[in-house]
Amino acid sequence: MDMITIPAVNVTPILPEIFLSVLAMVLLLINVLIPGDRKTYLSYLSFIGIVVTGVLVGAGWGGHIESFNGSVVLDNFASFFKIIFLVAAGLAILISDQYMEREGCNHGELYPLILFCVVGMMLMASGTDLMTIFLGLEVMSVSLYVLAGFNRANKKSNEAGLKYFLLGAFSTGFLLYGMALTYGATGTTRIAKIAAAVGQMSLPSANIMLVAGMLLMLTGFAFKVAAAPFHMWTPDVYEGAPTPMTAFMSAGPKAAGFAAALRIFLVALPTLQVEWSQVLWVLAVLTMTVGNITALRQDNIKRMLAYSSIAHAGYALVGFAAGNGTGTAGILFYMLSYAFMNIGAFAIIILVAKKGECNGTVQDFAGFGFKHPVLAAAMTIFLFSLAGMPPTAGFIGKFYLFSGAIQKGYIWLAIIGVLNSAASVYYYLRVMVYMYMKESTEEFDWMQVTAPMALCVAISVIGSLIPGIVPSLILQYAQEAIKLI
Amino acid sequence: MENLNGYLIISAILFSIGTIGVLTRKNAIVIFMCVEMMLNAVNLTFVALSRHLGNLDGQVFVLFVMTVAAAEAAVGLALMIAFYNNKESIDVDDINLMKW
Repeated sequence: MDMITIPAVNVTPILPEIFLSVLAMVLLLINVLIPGDRKTYLSYLSFIGIVVTGVLVGAGWGGHIESFNGSVVLDNFASFFKIIFLVAAGLAILISDQYMEREGCNHGELYPLILFCVVGMMLMASGTDLMTIFLGLEVMSVSLYVLAGFNRANKKSNEAGLKYFLLGAFSTGFLLYGMALTYGATGTTRIAKIAAAVGQMSLPSANIMLVAGMLLMLTGFAFKVAAAPFHMWTPDVYEGAPTPMTAFMSAGPKAAGFAAALRIFLVALPTLQVEWSQVLWVLAVLTMTVGNITALRQDNIKRMLAYSSIAHAGYALVGFAAGNGTGTAGILFYMLSYAFMNIGAFAIIILVAKKGECNGTVQDFAGFGFKHPVLAAAMTIFLFSLAGMPPTAGFIGKFYLFSGAIQKGYIWLAIIGVLNSAASVYYYLRVMVYMYMKESTEEFDWMQVTAPMALCVAISVIGSLIPGIVPSLILQYAQEAIKLI
Repeated sequence: MENLNGYLIISAILFSIGTIGVLTRKNAIVIFMCVEMMLNAVNLTFVALSRHLGNLDGQVFVLFVMTVAAAEAAVGLALMIAFYNNKESIDVDDINLMKW
């Protein structure tokens, strides 16, 4: 009998993933073995784990190592996105403990689930094979379904989990069908080989199987990044899920969806760029407009930020439709800044809310600016950054996304984007008007700012301001990251 | 394999039936079964293409899809039980607390 030869495997590219997986499993065991209801130590342990993983990812910067027979790669593109996921997860872990304690669902499984979710997202960013990307996406999604429905006793959380599960599984079907048809048209699932096979076709846009596969994959990713018209699940899931998980979901998985989509479309299907950028043009306009217009009439602040998160996916799609250096570097920059500013805003929302998710409307912020000037100032910075005003990170991010579109000749796309951005100022400013210009009806005496909470707000403020003041600090890394494309 | 088109058409039909089922059915478990049907239609596509192309990538993919579908089923049914405990129903018309 022939011996099966096992190819040499280099585990360096997936070292951060291995570390996080092992840590998550150890934490699960610790959670079972150490009795007691207080699970705060788990949040500290997982935060330390996130920081260590960040160091591991940073140590791999600049390298280019392929491994597992070309199905994962360690490159700057993957590393940059891994840092975004770690930022999102780290900040979400910092704000989780207090919230979960208050809502009475501080089960220790929360932290391992977040870590597993990060592992999935990392595999999506570093996968260079449709199989790796699919597995990463599912590891991420399955963890997220549980996280969305984590507050078992709460009906809204139940609904969020079930709804996310049904629609997420549904969208996975489309993504998979797209992958199957792409495999059929090119005969391989490796991204580099797909690119080679498509490059040899005389007229790839006439290959029905390939084009159908591309469109189905696009649909699947549009679901995951919450782009209109596939955004219907977003507001309900974001409103119902526990607030720290909403913060995490809006920043991490969205970036992961863009990471995988960018790699597939820019590396594997560049020959079809004319076709897919037309589709993305339409999706970007729809997503921005639907998100912003609907956000205008929301009173529930979590729901408002959910629609705003749809709009932000639209801005990133502008850069994706452009598909050039400026646009894609803009996506990387924007996703990182968005993680900071959005999770920061959600941290303030958690502080203002009372037990049972009460106090979650815009009106409840009345007079907040006089009672807690420092926190209100932080919230102002986050909202300014979300609205895209200088000198915040949000402004620079949008600047690069839209200038990418202009360089590509999509003048109208950039104009619609800027108009949308202007419309969005209304609902962000509305919160500020309530904070600073309305009489307070509440004393906000239930608020207690714990150390992790304060740390999260401080990091988010720095993360929303510094890239806006010295953009080159982040942008040079983003530009190095997209060199593969 | 001579009859690739036949297999592709059958799996496209199965996929469409699954999609229509997800969009029209009301019971969460039936919806989930329709999703499983979509996934299995994709599996059939993969296997047929794998035979036709003469490489094994597609069949390996199918193994992963089945594993993932099992994990998804475990999580999904748990979510449905949690929902049922609170609402005494798994009808999607009862998923109605949040609306815009």
